[in-house]
Order: sequence, then C-alpha cells, then structure tokens
Amino acid sequence: MIDMKNSTPIVEVKNLYKSFGSNHVLKDFSMEVSPGENIVVLGKSGSGKSVLIKCIINLIQADAGLLKILNQSIQDMDEDEVDQLRSEIGFLFQSNALYDSMTVRQNLEFPLRRHWSTDHRKQGAEKAVLEALTDVGLAHTIDMMPAELSGGMKKRVALARSLILKPKVILYDEPTTGLDPITSREISELMVHVQKKYNATSIIISHDMNCIRITSNRVIMLIDGKNYAEDTFENLKKSTDPKIREFFD
Amino acid sequence: MLKTFQIEQNEFLKEIGNIARFTGKFFRTVIKPKQEYKEFLNQCFWIGFKTFTLVGITAFIMGLVLTIQSRPTLVEFGAESMLPAMVSVSLIREIAPVITALICAGKIGSGIGAELGSMRVTEQIDAMEVSGTNPFKYLVVTRVMAATLMVPVLSSLANAISLYGGYLGVNIRGSVSWNLYWFQVFDALSFGDLIPAIVKTFFFGFAIGIIGCYMGYYSKKGTEGVGRSATTAVIVASLLVFIIDLIAVQVTDLLGLT
Repeated sequence: MIDMKNSTPIVEVKNLYKSFGSNHVLKDFSMEVSPGENIVVLGKSGSGKSVLIKCIINLIQADAGLLKILNQSIQDMDEDEVDQLRSEIGFLFQSNALYDSMTVRQNLEFPLRRHWSTDHRKQGAEKAVLEALTDVGLAHTIDMMPAELSGGMKKRVALARSLILKPKVILYDEPTTGLDPITSREISELMVHVQKKYNATSIIISHDMNCIRITSNRVIMLIDGKNYAEDTFENLKKSTDPKIREFFD
Repeated sequence: MLKTFQIEQNEFLKEIGNIARFTGKFFRTVIKPKQEYKEFLNQCFWIGFKTFTLVGITAFIMGLVLTIQSRPTLVEFGAESMLPAMVSVSLIREIAPVITALICAGKIGSGIGAELGSMRVTEQIDAMEVSGTNPFKYLVVTRVMAATLMVPVLSSLANAISLYGGYLGVNIRGSVSWNLYWFQVFDALSFGDLIPAIVKTFFFGFAIGIIGCYMGYYSKKGTEGVGRSATTAVIVASLLVFIIDLIAVQVTDLLGLT
C-alpha cells in the first residue's frame, strides 16, 4: 500500500483552469499523485481528461493554476528544461502515435536521439530497444513497420517506446480504447507489470471499467471540470452519489 | 453578404499573419544549434531525386513543344535562324523555372502538406515533442531547407533538358547541327538571363516548402483536414510562385538585368 500522507507528491496539480474559447474544460481542478501510485482519472467523453494530461506534460498550456512534476514547476521552465524533464516522463497516446515511416526499432530509438549522446546510443541503443520490446513481449517485431502490426501490438510497441528512457512518471491516454476485451485486459495487466518493474508512477485516463479495476490504486472522478471525488475503485463503486453511479451502472 | 465577406477577409488576413509568424519561427529555429543533417539529406533525396523524373520529362516536352509551336511564326517573318536563340531565352528566363516550380508545388507541396497533416492528426508530432525532439526543427526546418535547395537544382536540370528538347524540335522540320544549335543558344544567353532565373528559384523552393509545412503542421479536423491541407498547399504555393515571379521580373528590370 502506498503511503500518501508521508510522501512528497511526484505530480501536483493545483487549481488548474483551461478553456477553449467559451468551453471551460478544467475549472479549478486539483490532484496529487504520490510516487509509485497508479491513478486513474475517470470522466465522460469531452470532460477534459486528455486535456489534463496534455497540460501536465505541457503539450497544452494551462490558463491558470500550478503544475508540478518531480518537484519542478513545468510552467516556469524554458524549452530545453521542459525537454529535459520530459525524458523522465513517458506518454502513451490514445492513437499510439507510432511514426509510420519508421520501423519499430527506429520508433524506439527516436527518443534516445535527444537524451543520449552519440557514443551512448552506439553502445546501448540496441540493448535498450530489445529490453523495452522484451518487456512488452514483442522482441520479434523489431524490424517490422507499424502498418504490419495489429492494434494490440501497436499499443504494446507504443508502450515500449514510452518506457525506453525508463521514465519515473508514465501518462496513459485511454490505453485500452478500440481494443477487444482480451487484448484490453492484457494491456491493463502489462501496465501493472511495467509499473512494478520500473517503479514508475502512472496517471491513466480511461473509462474502461475493467482497465480501471486492474490498474488503479486510486480513482479521480473528473466531473464538470473539477476533481469531483477520489477514492479506491471499490469504494467509488459503492457510492450512492448519482453522478458517480452513472459510471458504474 | 457583406458580413460574410468581412469574416472571410478577416480569416484571410489572419492566415497571412499566421504564415508570417510561421516563417519567422523558421528563421529563429534554423539558426539554433544541433541541426538535423540526416533528416535534411533524406528530404533532399525525396524532394530532389524523387521529383527529377517528372521534372525531366516535363522539361523535355516543354522545350520540344515550344520550339515546334514557335517555328511557324518565325518562318513567317523569315527569322527561322533565330529559333534556338528565342527558345533558349524563353526557357531559361521564364518557362523552365516557373513550370518546374509549379510541378514542385504540386508534388512537393502536397506531399509535405499531406505527410505533416497526417502526422498531426495521428498525434505523431505531439509524440515527437513529448520525446524531447523539437518537431519544428526536425520536420519543418529540414523540409523547407531541402525544398529551398532542391528546387533550384531541379530547375537547372530542367533548363538543360528543355534545351535538349528544343534541339530535337528544331530538327524535326529543319536541320541545325548540334554545334550550331548550342552556339546559337549560348550566344543568345547572358549571365543577366541566367542569374536572376536561378536566384528566383530559391524563393520558389522556400515558398513551396514553407506553405506545405504550414498547411500540414497546423492541419485540423482529421483525415478531411489532411486532404484539405494538401490541396491548399498546392493552391497557395502555386499562387506564390506567380507572385514571386512577378516581383522577380520587376526587380530584374529595376536592376537593369533585362
């Protein structure tokens, strides 16, 4: 069990606001994530879940509020500092975002270009790529193109790419969307395995109840742009609040 | 109706402003250290080598057709011997660079627009950013630089190939020796013809690259947006080629190079 009270949060979001024109997506959203935790953010489609993790990694700039990752405020950093911080964060995109003109190997080597020296890459890239692919059970696909892979395999390769730099925090944007229930469960179990092996902290955006049940230590309900409720999956499941019940019924 | 026109006018001006800002960002980024040489060479290959066949065939036909069509008029004035000179000046100064640029606007502009557009809508550009790579430098700077460099190379090759086409055209109805043809061609040309024609192709290449990248980089609305980016890139880049050509003619004229 993770001791949340005695640990400094690895991700801290305070009073976050984000609007797109007149559409106020995040309104005073706050949350804290402790090291080693697997947090799931649950909310309806269009509730701002993806916007939230894109704000955390600074792909989208928040309008107001505080965002701290690994005890550093990402909003106050210059471009180079943000790039450096991003080497500590893995991001699994909903669409996988594999570079379709590159092989699996090149996809995995890509993040190393910026963060490893040429000598380091020459000596260690092959090993790192193989290790990450082995972790997701796809070492044999190393020279394949993304177009040759199935949906589940693409997801695994994308996960391997986000693990290549051994990140401390991994952000998952709807990792099981579009997958069949069996593959979805495999990916969820893989996420738990990866979290244990890399001792990483995960923030998972999902509305797949099976995925949430398997992966979460804690669930945050994002409703009306706010952190409406947070608790374990089992406790939230027992809730009588109609807004929470909507997700479980 | 007036309101719709005003809205469209505002959108048009906003788009011009955005393109100017994008171009500014290009110049700010290009001078930053750690260049992406490998990707730049890769793009030179795709833009230059892969477009060469299309440009070459078009240039050859262009030279041939221009010669065949000009012949009757010159014959009418008894100036048939001027044919190589007239064809060479027309091709080198205007036709070959502009047609090459238009072909490049179609092939390279749409290619870049569609490629970057598809990368944008499938979040590949975001994935690059998250991995710590500057996608603007990796994708935009390399493509714009490659287009700026390769369009003049293609245009120069088109010049040469179109003149070969001209030689064939001259000899379909008449009989001009190889040596005489080339003597007349080079005799009619001066550096005042050649230099401005080459210089403007750098601007053509830059415009094609920057418009293709801009349209693709900010592509929206899924696959429909990708198609729209590619089409708009071709239209705007082609239009810019003519505008640049017009400006180049005026500048050349002002400098007394005509």
